[in-house]
Amino acid sequence: MILPHIQLPPELPGISAAMAFRKETAQPLRELAHVLLHEPNSLTPGERELIATYVSSLNGCQFCQASHGAAAACHLGNSEFVRQVKVSPDTAPISAKLKRLLGIAAQIQRGGKYVSSEDIAAARSEGATDMEIHDTVLIAAAFCMYNRYVDGLATIQPEADEAYIDMGRHLAKHGYIQSSQTSIAAITNSEIE
Amino acid sequence: MPHIEFQSGLQGIRGPLAFRPETAKPLNELADALLHAPNSLSAGERELIATYVSYLNDCYFCQTVHGAIAAVHLNGDEELVKCVKADFAHADISPKLKTLLVIAGKVQRSGKNVTPEDVAAARAEGATDVEIHDTVLIAAAFCMFNRYVDGLATWQPQEEALYRERAKKTARDGYALASRDYIPQLKEA
Repeated sequence: MILPHIQLPPELPGISAAMAFRKETAQPLRELAHVLLHEPNSLTPGERELIATYVSSLNGCQFCQASHGAAAACHLGNSEFVRQVKVSPDTAPISAKLKRLLGIAAQIQRGGKYVSSEDIAAARSEGATDMEIHDTVLIAAAFCMYNRYVDGLATIQPEADEAYIDMGRHLAKHGYIQSSQTSIAAITNSEIE
Repeated sequence: MPHIEFQSGLQGIRGPLAFRPETAKPLNELADALLHAPNSLSAGERELIATYVSYLNDCYFCQTVHGAIAAVHLNGDEELVKCVKADFAHADISPKLKTLLVIAGKVQRSGKNVTPEDVAAARAEGATDVEIHDTVLIAAAFCMFNRYVDGLATWQPQEEALYRERAKKTARDGYALASRDYIPQLKEA
């Protein structure tokens, strides 16, 4: 097992460890995720978690794609959708609007300048509002941060997606302001087993 | 033209921040915690890391604003800011900051590119765990801010003088306070 690059609390996986290490930055990081993914929005929490999961999957960040994938599955009541969105958003059983927004998110993952007027027009023609386009861009951009944070410190990230189910349930229900010790422990225990 | 409609006259990130005050609040607080709050890395050093990553991401607004703020903290030394962007290995900065910029450059491409050797090199020059953490998070955060600013095609006038004026205020007051000028909703916060 590769050790984290700095001395993080050994019992905590992924971003939980980095946040426990530095509470001053944890607070705005949590609040940003909570507003973007959990607070009321014309995009459902499930749709927004799918955007977060998809970008994290493109960035190859196991902790983020598995934990947000588990949250998305909990909101949507279906983990198969989540898998399909990661593999092939164009053919996944999601709305045409969400497909366009995932297209914008994928451009953002490569770089902000890749988003074209045509990408925006395509999302608008499926009914996307300015607020939904804004939030899609910021969710995708924010996960380009969270993913780099989690991987750049070499945090502990169990490989089995199943290990993240409890955490996904907690995130779907309570959001991002409070961490859940029991759901975090479930991930750590899976690593020890 | 920006991709969505912003209040006119707001440059770069200020357009989207004013458009969505709910996300502006944590974004400004994050910038303050990373760049403005007291730290064993000076504000100038941290702004140089932000500037360098923004330069690598080719974000004109962010590299110019943060370059100008870095220069304010570094006694007006704009030449040093330019050197760091062009070739930091030969810039007149500490060996420790050079090793941290190597880590920041790796994070810009992907978090996975940071190696134990990169971290060991920073430690050998005296970098602490908090400094390594903050370097990684500053670099990661600017991979967000840069994408936010460019991804919405914000207005980024190519006039450095505009950024110099603003930089003095932000360097002195920090990000949250400076943002209240154009986000009235944050005044009560």
